[in-house]
Amino acid sequence: MTTKVLMKGSEAIAEAAILSGCRYFFGYPITPQNEIPEYLAKHLPKVGGTFLQAESEISAIYMVLGGAAAGARVMTSSSSPGISLKQEGISYMAGAETPCVIVNIMRGGPGLGAIQGAQPDYWQATRGGGHGDYRLLVLAPATVQEAVDLTYQAFDLADKYRNPVMILGDGILAQIMEPVELPEANNQLPDKAWAVGKNENRPRNIVSSSYPKVDELEKVSIRLHERYAQIKKNEVRWDSYLTDDAEYVIASYGSAARIAKAAIKMARAEGIKVGLIRPISVWPFPTEPFQNIVPQTKFFLSFEMCTGQMIDDVRLAIGNERPVYHYGRLGGVIPLPEELLAKIKELVKEAK
Amino acid sequence: MDKVSSFPKTLVDVPMHYCPGCTHGIIHRLVAEVIEEMEIAFKTVGIASVGCSCFCYDYFNFDVVASAHGRAPATATGVKRVHPECLVFTYQGDGDLAAIGTAEIIHAAVRGEKISVIFVNNGIYGMTGGQMAPTTLPEMKATTSPYGRSTALTGYPIKMTEMLALQDGCVYAERTKISSVATINKTKKAIRKSFELQIAGKGFSVVEILSTCPTNWGMEPLESIKWMEENLETYYPVGLIKDEKEVK
Amino acid sequence: MGLIKIREERCKGCTLCINACPKKIIALAPYVNSKGYNPATLTDEKACTGCGFCYAFCPDICIEVYR
Repeated sequence: MTTKVLMKGSEAIAEAAILSGCRYFFGYPITPQNEIPEYLAKHLPKVGGTFLQAESEISAIYMVLGGAAAGARVMTSSSSPGISLKQEGISYMAGAETPCVIVNIMRGGPGLGAIQGAQPDYWQATRGGGHGDYRLLVLAPATVQEAVDLTYQAFDLADKYRNPVMILGDGILAQIMEPVELPEANNQLPDKAWAVGKNENRPRNIVSSSYPKVDELEKVSIRLHERYAQIKKNEVRWDSYLTDDAEYVIASYGSAARIAKAAIKMARAEGIKVGLIRPISVWPFPTEPFQNIVPQTKFFLSFEMCTGQMIDDVRLAIGNERPVYHYGRLGGVIPLPEELLAKIKELVKEAK
Repeated sequence: MDKVSSFPKTLVDVPMHYCPGCTHGIIHRLVAEVIEEMEIAFKTVGIASVGCSCFCYDYFNFDVVASAHGRAPATATGVKRVHPECLVFTYQGDGDLAAIGTAEIIHAAVRGEKISVIFVNNGIYGMTGGQMAPTTLPEMKATTSPYGRSTALTGYPIKMTEMLALQDGCVYAERTKISSVATINKTKKAIRKSFELQIAGKGFSVVEILSTCPTNWGMEPLESIKWMEENLETYYPVGLIKDEKEVK
Repeated sequence: MGLIKIREERCKGCTLCINACPKKIIALAPYVNSKGYNPATLTDEKACTGCGFCYAFCPDICIEVYR
């Protein structure tokens, strides 16, 4: 258990899925996540699983719907434009209460954009993404180890809440290599009495998001939202760095949070008391740590590799109590810690 | 006297939502009877699509997964890969299969996906109110081709089953119609053949069934059957398109 | 010798069975069911052979055939 192996982020995510009991993967090639399907194409058959390359991301997500409806642990992965294509099916899966794990290795957008890592899909991921009033449980790892741990847990969470779970990474996380400790293979998969398949000794099962009667659909929607409330109560995950005495707090997730840490170290060396709150679950968003730190904080700075999306959630968490600023680079340009440090110093100067 | 024909056990005994004279009900019964006669209801999973037949999950008395518009073959793929021992079939209309679901159906055939496809073709979108489909005949009126389908503007009707039959993964393709007791029996035989091929572990198969839409065609049920035979059938000839023996 | 029983409440009066009947002994009733349809009805019990053509053609599967 304690042996560490050097793995690429994308391959580590794929291996964690296998270890968590995922035996079916349906996907379509798109950069920068191709190593996930490539790894699974190689390794799933060895454990009796099925890797199938679909004709499109749309088809892939509906294969996931079928596999999940049939009771299996199923995964798909893609990158921003491909995730947009999957949204219809993700909405159907949320409505049909079918568990699955979706990996989004984000890249620069809009449109075809670029293949370099970026964080422009936060709103899409945390607000449901597709049509209808639903949510995904969205986990945003910052290291390869965390990607392994969260992917491994994601399948349990998906089954527990019968809801799709998204791993929200980016091109940096997918391509970086780090030593990781892999978890034990999970051999105890939950029984799914609601799934379709052989049905000798039970009433027929219907897996559907179709509820033509309005009162019925309202009841289903209420049930889903009660479940989301449970997720909000149980599944908030976050981390912090040097916040005890922090006067300025950076909010950052995923790869950006690693850059933020480097900038914070540099700022601390210059005597600036800055800390980091890093949401790990971006939905549900960790509002409490932000609320709790308001009294000691002069301002918040949301550091994201986009024009500022998570900043909305920071503002929703703290209201008008303190100013919330944004800094980030766009289109796949990776910001340097020095740039963030300069922004911190500029804001500190203004605040005085 | 003995009861010789009655409501099959493989259907749920509830009224169907279809318009008077719509042949979906007949096709539902044929599918259900074949499953009952083959004694495979315990391992059957139907995949509902979107269109008039989207509520077939209310009628089929076995497991059903409801998919999205055109996506039933992909959903069937997921179910079949997890449960290869099950009979998995999609039930799709022409608006679903021949337009938005073209990629999904073609690639299911390309992969030789071991599923059966019940393709009900009446040349129009029924559920949404009679809009033009890719299968709508030239000059045929629909709510989105109010002056008749213009081939200059919208091209020509698509022959899906012929296209599917071209794929090596497709082992059996037949077009039938619902117009007489004889053609109804032929349709049932075709459905049975498709299901038997699947149970035998062969590849993809499709049964296209020429059907009617009295409501959106603006005709009496009987008149619409005549119209189907005189018009739809001339463009979509019934008969065997590809047989299992032809598989190399 | 045959007989059919029609579940009149399920019938939508589409007339497909009337056309299918080789003996021409099915007709629409003069009254309506709760949905407002004139249901199909057997007009001559003695003439029915129980051939099942009406059953085969009924989209609402509301005919039972006895022989």
